[in-house]
Amino acid sequence: MKDFKTISVRGMTKRFGEKTAVNDFSLEFGKGEFVTFLGPSGCGKSTALNCITGLIPITSGEIWIDDECVDNTKTKIPPEKREFGMVFQNYALFPHLTVFENVAFGLRLRRVRKAELSRRVDTALRLVHLEGYAAKFPTQMSGGEQQRVAIARCIVLEPRLLLLDEPLSNLDAKLRVELRYEIKALHERLKVTTIYVTHDQTEALALSDRIVVLRSGRIQQVGTPSEVFSDPANLFVADFMGFKNVWTVRVKSLREIGGALEASLDAQGIPLTARMAWPEGDKRRTVLAEAFRTGAEMRTAVRPEDIVIAGAAGENRIACAATLVEYQGQASQVSATPRLAATSDDGSPLRLDLRTGSRIAEGGSFEVSVPGDKILLFPPTETAAEAAGWTP
Amino acid sequence: MDAVKGSSKAGALPLLLPAILFLVLLFLYPFAYGLYLSLTTAKGEPSLGNYLRFFGEARDFRTIWVTLQIAVPITLVNVGLAVPFAYYMRRGMRGERLITFFLIIPITLGTVLVSEGMLSFMGPKGWLNQLLLALHVVAEPYRFTHNYLGVVISLGLQGFPYAFLMLLGYVSGINPDLEKASQMLGANRWQTFWKILFPLMIPGIAISFCLNFVMAFSVFPSAVLLGQPSGPTRVISIAAYQWAFEKFNFNAASAISMVMAAIELLVISAVLVWRSRMYKGASMVGKG
Repeated sequence: MKDFKTISVRGMTKRFGEKTAVNDFSLEFGKGEFVTFLGPSGCGKSTALNCITGLIPITSGEIWIDDECVDNTKTKIPPEKREFGMVFQNYALFPHLTVFENVAFGLRLRRVRKAELSRRVDTALRLVHLEGYAAKFPTQMSGGEQQRVAIARCIVLEPRLLLLDEPLSNLDAKLRVELRYEIKALHERLKVTTIYVTHDQTEALALSDRIVVLRSGRIQQVGTPSEVFSDPANLFVADFMGFKNVWTVRVKSLREIGGALEASLDAQGIPLTARMAWPEGDKRRTVLAEAFRTGAEMRTAVRPEDIVIAGAAGENRIACAATLVEYQGQASQVSATPRLAATSDDGSPLRLDLRTGSRIAEGGSFEVSVPGDKILLFPPTETAAEAAGWTP
Repeated sequence: MDAVKGSSKAGALPLLLPAILFLVLLFLYPFAYGLYLSLTTAKGEPSLGNYLRFFGEARDFRTIWVTLQIAVPITLVNVGLAVPFAYYMRRGMRGERLITFFLIIPITLGTVLVSEGMLSFMGPKGWLNQLLLALHVVAEPYRFTHNYLGVVISLGLQGFPYAFLMLLGYVSGINPDLEKASQMLGANRWQTFWKILFPLMIPGIAISFCLNFVMAFSVFPSAVLLGQPSGPTRVISIAAYQWAFEKFNFNAASAISMVMAAIELLVISAVLVWRSRMYKGASMVGKG
């Protein structure tokens, strides 16, 4: 394997006719990093992956490995010469070859000598815990085992970059968790630079060093799992990371309290106080101040599990009635409407989504408290956020 | 689960009856009767005479060789051409419907009409020869018809579409990610074709070879219309026809058709043996 420091993708764009599948995609990743492309189906994450492999030709942009030009639309290294490995959602094992021959496929093309070949195949199969499966055919194995063979088939070649395209999506829930754990362990051990494509936020959070959230071919946010999870860049990322309670609010007052910014909000008639721990000089402070000055709308986002059933104390108390209770074992997912007549501009009642361990009956009344430091504020749309320069 | 399976099996029998009846009446019975005829004399006495006569008379016996000489090369050409064409068109292409349409025409029109068309188009005064003469490719009309070549061309026109359409179905059924995977592992197009696609196409190649061969081996109308049925293209089916309807010896004719069936079976089993040697994988495509 040729050694390298960074892979950099610059302004990569892919158009299919009128449709832009990947739009101005720029990203740098270092050797050994585990990067995940996360987004809903059709967001361009798989296309981006295929563009990086060269299997789909890019419309414009460049891909570099250190100072080696991999692709700049004019000169490009063909996929088979990039020394990248790819794992497919449907495993894509060669059905007419045994497990051994599947794993040996790339080595044979490289004319590796017999003794070394079987040693390397054995090592790869041991790494994915498939000793003793060498003589089997793919169709005689379970989905999880097949995907392990696919992974072994790649890592036996020691690729510069390993690309996994929704590798766990065809597996059942239990196997998915098991194999996810193994992919993580394998990465810890081999430190192969990896790009992982998924629509599952749990997978992304569990595996990645960095997460790239995509929507309609555009990067929405790049950050560590905890950054993306707790400080999403916009409403789209927040929604994808499990935030709910998106309410239209107007800022009534702003004041500084001990390094944090405290905003009094009017959420469709319900008063709320939110505290943002944004550091001095954060661009978001300016945007929020501007919204306060002009009276522009903002949006909140609060995780259902952050809303608590109010005891004696607690701020932002809202009396509400449960409209729908979904039992989920340890906790219940509850939808509720406030007792206080609070309607949005379009007339629909405010909706609260919370997750609680307490038993709440459908139609029952209760009081919740929304911790002020758990309320996130965003410009009303992603485009507005981008235009205002809203970045965490 | 097992109970359900069992009951569905029991329930399937009455549903299968019409098909079984059909098979017995239209295939098994005539075949058995033919076998019986071939092993008896006209008076119904058991005898191997029909076979001995066929193998003893050079004029009849050589029809096997004549027919094989026609059937084997054209089947190889049909399937051999169908493989690259099917490979090239596996992901669909512009004008695929039009191409498919033109390929299906010879099948739908039937052998006789195609032969008639070829007779006038490729005949000594046909357009093709006029064109070749005008372009000074040939000095005098080239004989495309009433010879070995005529029969072979008509079998190509009829057999290629079958082979092609069948293989196209096969190749386009192969998971396209297999090609991508092979490429990502370092294989170029050529290596991907020979190491992945071709082995996976083998079952399809074998089947289309068998069908094409059987069709070509039992050639009759084009051998009569486009060939020289008295000599170079006196194929085995013509021999059987002449015994049956010119000499009215159904027993001898039956023996010839049994020989035909035996040769076809022999070739098919040879192809299937080749197939099982080349293709060891479990079932086709499947999940992967």
